[in-house]
Amino acid sequence: MPKDHGIGASQKRREDVRFLTGAGNYTDDINLHGQAYVYFLRSDMAHGKINKVDTEEASQMPGVVRIFTGADFEGIGGLPCGWQVTDKNGDPMKEPAHPVLAQGKVRHVGDPVAAVVADSLEEARTAAEAIELDIEELPAVVDMKAALADGATKVHDDLSDNLCYDWQFGTDTEATDKAFAEAAHVTTLELVNNRLVANPMEPRVAVGDYSRANDESTLYTTSQNPHVIRLLMGAFVLGIPEHKLRVVAPDVGGGFGTKIFHYAEEAFCTFAARQINRPVKWTSSRSEAFMSDAHGRDHVTKIELALDADNNFTAVRTDTYANMGAYLSTFSSSVPTWLHGTLMAGNYKTPAVQVNVKAVFTNTVPVDAYRGAGRPEATFQLERVIDKAARELGVDPIALRRQNFITQFPYETPVAVAYDTGDYEATMAKMEELMDIPGFPERRKASEAKGKLRGLGVNCFIEACGIAPSNLVGQLGARAGLYDAATVRVNATGSISVMVGAHSHGQGHETAFPQVVAEMLGIDESMVDIVHGDTSKIPFGMGTYGSRSIAVCGSAMVRATEKIINKAKKIAAHLLEAAETDIELKDGQFSVAGTDKSVAWGDVTLAAYVPHNYPLEDIEPGLEETAFYDPSNFTYPAGAYACEVELDPETGEVTIEKFVSADDFGNVINPMIVEGQVHGGIAQGIGQALLENCAYDENGQLLSASYMDYAMPRADDLPHMANYTVDHSCQTPCTHNPLGVKGCGEAGAIGSPPTVVNAVIDALQSGGHKVEHIDMPVSPSRVWAAMNG
Amino acid sequence: MAEVTMTVNGKSVTKSVKGNTLMTEFLRDELRLTGTHVGCDTSQCGACNIHVNGNLVKACTMFAGEADGAEISTIEGQANADGSLNVIQQAFQDHHGLQCGFCTPGMVMAAASLLKENPKPTEAEVRDYLEGNICRCTGYHNIVKAILAASGQDVSGIAAE
Repeated sequence: MPKDHGIGASQKRREDVRFLTGAGNYTDDINLHGQAYVYFLRSDMAHGKINKVDTEEASQMPGVVRIFTGADFEGIGGLPCGWQVTDKNGDPMKEPAHPVLAQGKVRHVGDPVAAVVADSLEEARTAAEAIELDIEELPAVVDMKAALADGATKVHDDLSDNLCYDWQFGTDTEATDKAFAEAAHVTTLELVNNRLVANPMEPRVAVGDYSRANDESTLYTTSQNPHVIRLLMGAFVLGIPEHKLRVVAPDVGGGFGTKIFHYAEEAFCTFAARQINRPVKWTSSRSEAFMSDAHGRDHVTKIELALDADNNFTAVRTDTYANMGAYLSTFSSSVPTWLHGTLMAGNYKTPAVQVNVKAVFTNTVPVDAYRGAGRPEATFQLERVIDKAARELGVDPIALRRQNFITQFPYETPVAVAYDTGDYEATMAKMEELMDIPGFPERRKASEAKGKLRGLGVNCFIEACGIAPSNLVGQLGARAGLYDAATVRVNATGSISVMVGAHSHGQGHETAFPQVVAEMLGIDESMVDIVHGDTSKIPFGMGTYGSRSIAVCGSAMVRATEKIINKAKKIAAHLLEAAETDIELKDGQFSVAGTDKSVAWGDVTLAAYVPHNYPLEDIEPGLEETAFYDPSNFTYPAGAYACEVELDPETGEVTIEKFVSADDFGNVINPMIVEGQVHGGIAQGIGQALLENCAYDENGQLLSASYMDYAMPRADDLPHMANYTVDHSCQTPCTHNPLGVKGCGEAGAIGSPPTVVNAVIDALQSGGHKVEHIDMPVSPSRVWAAMNG
Repeated sequence: MAEVTMTVNGKSVTKSVKGNTLMTEFLRDELRLTGTHVGCDTSQCGACNIHVNGNLVKACTMFAGEADGAEISTIEGQANADGSLNVIQQAFQDHHGLQCGFCTPGMVMAAASLLKENPKPTEAEVRDYLEGNICRCTGYHNIVKAILAASGQDVSGIAAE
């Protein structure tokens, strides 16, 4: 019988009621008295020298309050990068300045040149048209390898070249070379991990406010991590101390990584509100989002897999070019390195793994973390090359994977991480069962009878989530700690507010977090609310990304609740005139072990706030506790995915006919929410595999800048219900956090792209087409070209 | 500026509007009905779906002036008279048909139109009807399930896992 409350129950989401009735409070729903509006005039060329920005005429236009240009930000900090990567030669990465408004040059289409603040958005937009720009167009670098060629145009004139860093990691070159020299077989694959745009449905918004009375600034923004924005913007950009800066992220309409980062528009609205002493509001249009939200992925990789005569993996070597875009976005440098290289061992006991990454500046929008961030790129390469190896060796791709699985835990990989627990055989077996692998030949025959090709693709994946030990990430270059915090505030009547550092923008924290506290205390969930998204209300928090909310912040909440229980037991012991060690808490009642004496939760909480009969000499009144939790390791969710596609050889069209995911997330707090997270991740992964592509032309013009030309997955692009199963019944609980949870937000987006492409290649091979690879998105035209090329 | 009069969620509203004021702006800025969302600028996403004289319309595609004399219904007018969720809204909650909630008003308005036109749609018909609505969070699975459930069809046999 499934649980109906507490940990493990599929509680309906309480936040749904406001979203379903139009009562949500998103940032664009916030309007402040007297607010002005800003319109950003953005570069329409990829690379150019700014000779002049003449705002004189525009400044005289109706409604214009003030026009800002790069000159207004001279002497003010630029947007910082939060992760220092060290080059393989020991040099620090190149870190170009990233001004709030362009100074000297524009470096990508969408780079903001001027900001017009006016009484209305319409007046701001009209005035922007009157700004006279004299920008001399320069040759643009778009292709990464061309950007590294001798004599290539430099994105940043003050840097020696366009190479941000050349990073090497894992097994040393001598041992790696030796493994390849001794290999019985080597499989090589070159592939592209296509550039994507995260596209949360709510475009970014920022509203800056300033109070002269107390010199305090407030920023309302669409962020996954308001405290991170407060720290970065306050300390590095605007020089506002934390106690004079409040950042609020109210209801946020999806993030997927792209709302982690500190953006120029946030700093601008905060700065401008101080300058003009009026609130300043910016609402991104979708087209603007395409050219100003950080993009994702965009890796070009060569991967080599070495095997011995018994088909054991002996070495993996990768050589990746990672696009940084024109500037370093907040966590951009960490994605192709520590979030990617550390996962290159995958689920396999390969003894030698070496990862090489060149990060490259180009005249494109900055690239940063997008759902999975580095881990989808790692998984895609590895699982594609394994599939190719199986075909070259004439062995079953499932058996080849199985033979090489890591089976002993903890397992120290050659790429720095230690997997604490897992059972890859279990998820593989579950996937095989749900997919009905033995029935595939019959299904293939049925497809062929219709003139279609049918392919089966499988793959495994592992990810490192719950980012993670501050001392480790500090050594790796992170400029922030990665703990999280929670305050449990018990009110006099026993109701509870939990102030959490995690931010919910679709993940259902308002429902799932109280399930944990209610279970621990044995009280009804309706007595517990969480508070999130406002730096003035919560202790601190690193926010929500990397599937870390319940694993890190949830653990902080558990620790704070344990402190509450300890103190409440002391109070109960006093009320019951018993020894503290004899007090038991069950179902919201404190009782003396072995007796029928008890007091209710509400009696204890009331005593804490009305301490007439209270051990004041021993403990303080009140019942509120805070905990900061810094994990001792990452968590390692893993799984096995499978997909069957039908391919129309006449048109190259691919449809997904069957899809199964078997995940191991450890313990699960709310299965309904977890499954929803996987559904969404899989849809984004299928989108990457079949539909989505952020395209630039050779001059750096962004070709996909609206939903007319960037193909978002729609309801009829995805598998129908009867042929689609997501499963998380294989559970090896995390060994080092108190809930045993691993995180589930990114799995679907990591596990699904290779399985789709593996299935497409299998379909083509079954039709006699000797196609080994098609780059994503596997569009009908690319499939057709591969078949007929 | 021109004066327009319309009925919005059962209440008569008269306002002066500029000729280029979009219906989305009118609802959000003038009437403070902020449940109608703007997710794109090319009429692709459907987050701004409303009902105009009973028809499903993307509010970003019409001017407020065009609504003069019309009967308008928005997400704020969908709940039952006692404030409880209507059948479609309840089905979305029951089947976890929303995550961040941003596309949700448009999905609910589209679902209401679909079920008015086709009270017992098939799964394929639901997916086809949602062609004009983009959701980035849910993968649509639970939205489709919610709409089928709201139509009175039994979805309990559909893999919930």
